[in-house]
Amino acid sequence: MRIARIKPEIKTEDQEAVDLSLLNPLIEKYKNKKGNVIPLLQGAQEIYGFIPRQAFKKISDETGIKLSDIYGVATFYAQFRLSPVGKHIIKVCHGTACHVQNADTITDSLEDALKVKDGETTEDKLFTLESVACLGCCSLAPVMMIGDETYGKLTGSGAVKIVKDIRIKEKQKAEN
Amino acid sequence: MANTQVIVGLGSCGIAAGAKKTYEKIRSLQEAENLTFDLKQTSCVGMCYREPLVEVIDETGSYLYGDIDENKAVEILDKHLGQHSPVKDYVVQTDLFETSDNDFLKNQVKVVLRNCGYMNPESIEEYETREGYKAIRKIANEKLEQTAIIQEILDSGLRGRGGAGFPTGMKWKFAYNNESDDKYIVCNADEGDPGAFMDRSVLEGDPHAVIEGMIIGAYATGANHGVIYCRAEYPLAIKRLNIALDQARKKGYLGNDIMGMKGFSFDLFVKEGAGAFVCGEETALMASIEGKRGMPTKRPPFPAESGLWKKPTNINNVETYANVPWIILNGAGAYNKYGTEKSKGTKVFALAGKINRSGLVEVPMGMTIHDVIFKLGGGIIGNKKFKAVQMGGPSGGCIPEYLSNTIVDYDSVNATGAIMGSGGMIVMDESTCMVDVAKFFIDFTQKESCGKCTFCRVGTKRMLEILNRITEGNGAEGDIEKLEELAYQIRDNSLCGLGQTAPNPVLTTIKYFRDEYEAHIRDKKCPSMVCKQLLTYTVDEEKCTGCMVCLKNCPVDAISGERKQPHVIDQESCIKCGLCYTKCKFDAIVLS
Ligand SMILES: Cc1cc2nc3c(=O)[nH]c(=O)nc-3n(C[C@H](O)[C@H](O)[C@H](O)COP(=O)(O)O)c2cc1C
Ligand code: SF4
Ligand code: SF4
Ligand code: SF4
Ligand code: FES
Repeated sequence: MRIARIKPEIKTEDQEAVDLSLLNPLIEKYKNKKGNVIPLLQGAQEIYGFIPRQAFKKISDETGIKLSDIYGVATFYAQFRLSPVGKHIIKVCHGTACHVQNADTITDSLEDALKVKDGETTEDKLFTLESVACLGCCSLAPVMMIGDETYGKLTGSGAVKIVKDIRIKEKQKAEN
Repeated sequence: MANTQVIVGLGSCGIAAGAKKTYEKIRSLQEAENLTFDLKQTSCVGMCYREPLVEVIDETGSYLYGDIDENKAVEILDKHLGQHSPVKDYVVQTDLFETSDNDFLKNQVKVVLRNCGYMNPESIEEYETREGYKAIRKIANEKLEQTAIIQEILDSGLRGRGGAGFPTGMKWKFAYNNESDDKYIVCNADEGDPGAFMDRSVLEGDPHAVIEGMIIGAYATGANHGVIYCRAEYPLAIKRLNIALDQARKKGYLGNDIMGMKGFSFDLFVKEGAGAFVCGEETALMASIEGKRGMPTKRPPFPAESGLWKKPTNINNVETYANVPWIILNGAGAYNKYGTEKSKGTKVFALAGKINRSGLVEVPMGMTIHDVIFKLGGGIIGNKKFKAVQMGGPSGGCIPEYLSNTIVDYDSVNATGAIMGSGGMIVMDESTCMVDVAKFFIDFTQKESCGKCTFCRVGTKRMLEILNRITEGNGAEGDIEKLEELAYQIRDNSLCGLGQTAPNPVLTTIKYFRDEYEAHIRDKKCPSMVCKQLLTYTVDEEKCTGCMVCLKNCPVDAISGERKQPHVIDQESCIKCGLCYTKCKFDAIVLS
């Protein structure tokens, strides 16, 4: 059931001070529009990468929408995250076409290489590994998406190489 | 003389295959060497299996090149454009000579996909030159009545392409008959069926056709507001829709008194989904647009009476709308000459899985499944044995090879226990385990159930547990019967289509592949060698190099052996995790 998506614990240290003023233009834009809850949450997630606890409170206070309603929506949809994620989100497709073309191997290999389980973030906070259901590129199965980039016809080792290349680039960036 | 055109396919599938790099290479060469040709972009023609695709149109005709990476692009520019000698080996489609894939497009009838891959989807002018917005113009010029348009759609026999196949004209009539100051028209672009990508291709390749279809629908039903609900996983589709909407507004196809039709005002916007399969169900979709949790509600009232914001609402699928301008322009008779008695026109299918040519095809209703897979799809990868095709996604079922002479129309597919669905066809060969496939779908519906109905929420979970047990070798006699009983209960006691159809993948696999279930339960064997826990792992002494990788990875130390000596697996302690198999670089671990 969809509600099972609620993460059992939300670590408070993850919720460090966020700049809530960034929300102002967003709230201004959607404040009195009907059907605004989802765009507000999508906007907040766009800003912070996830929806911080204080953001819920601020949105509720300033729009008059009940906190429970906002939280209810946020926990219903797979898109919304309540805790921070890595810089790059690796979405491994587990749709039908990818499943019959061994998508499990892709996730297994990445879990192994990144030393995380599905849904977790690496220690260096660079990657979060996720499973999704169909990216619409089934003809290139098995497929994964990192950022806006889609990678098709993967093998386990191919997927690991792509991720490692990104990590190397990030390291070089950090050193410069 | 017109310039030679070089057109690169930049749909999501093309981009994923590297088409952007190909495009950039061509662009930079053109710039560097000052070459005179028109570089253009288009979307996907359906030959996803040949992406990146580059079409060259010169004074002799059109040449579609397939699998074009940067190097091949350079070669084509040099030989074809420079020396006027096409690189025949790379041509996959042309009218000028025989190629490997000429038959792919030849056996299709393109109505919905009439523009996909043939024009730049980001250019309203190109759409207009391909008869775009001509249908709405015709309505304005000939002052066609709303009822006349509804009648035309009724006569065409068009049925909803979102899955259920409800006659579109009837739906429009209901919405038309309900008086209200505000009416809505909604396009369902949620495309949640994992393994289907028709709607994405249409939205990316021909967004204006969907918009024009919606404008016609709005005029016919009397709607003044429109919403396209598109899943967020399709960023390129959303981008192109928004570009198209801006262009249509500027040209007066949207707005007030459209095309001079006094009193016909209509505008529409794109609403992004937030990731929930159940939101494809129409009442849940409307709840989601209203900003609520996407939970289905009871019908009646039907959307046509009380839909979005409690106003009369008409909801159709992407492909349904894309048909509409063509029908208005060419007439119901031109459309219903294709198809079977009860299923008219054409249908787009997304071919994927173990098939050689995976991509998009559009065929007249009534073609056999076998022809779709073998004539168009080019058969099974590696000439393996075709086992089954899954149609209808989580609501559908698996049609076995021996029924592949079934024709594609709503009623014939329903008779097999599967459904036509939105048009996904996942082809499976002998290496696909049908119990595993059933488990895959139940796992999916179990996760996606909104939780409102007990049978859907708990029943799917119980089914999943039984299927897990069976695939792990702990199945017991009576499990099949338990699955069936649960299936009927879930089907009969669920509120929405998700629950009502969730058992279909299990029921059809039991019906056609009962022996596979029995092999798992009685013999603890997976005949297709997919279910890890039912396999035996041994080392092929010939191939083993003694690299010790498997030994180091085995979580229970079941492997022994010396460096450079063949290793041995102790079957008693092996827990069948499969790690050694994935780790061995020399294919020395044998499954049986
Ligand atoms: C669980 C569920 C998911 C659905 N998903 C979709 C979908 O992704 N796209 C779609 O067009 N219709 C979907 N439908 C069907 C819609 O409810 C509705 O029938 C359809 O949008 C009507 O359009 P049509 O008459 O043009 O087919 C779904 C139905 C159910 C029960
Ligand atoms: S059948 Fe399932 S998805 Fe549909 S309303 Fe009931 S619980 Fe929700
Ligand atoms: S990993 Fe393969 S080659 Fe290496 S010791 Fe194991 S079985 Fe032999
Ligand atoms: S399957 Fe797993 S437990 Fe068995 S030998 Fe291989 S690695 Fe060890
Ligand atoms: S099933 Fe993986 S992209 Fe569709």
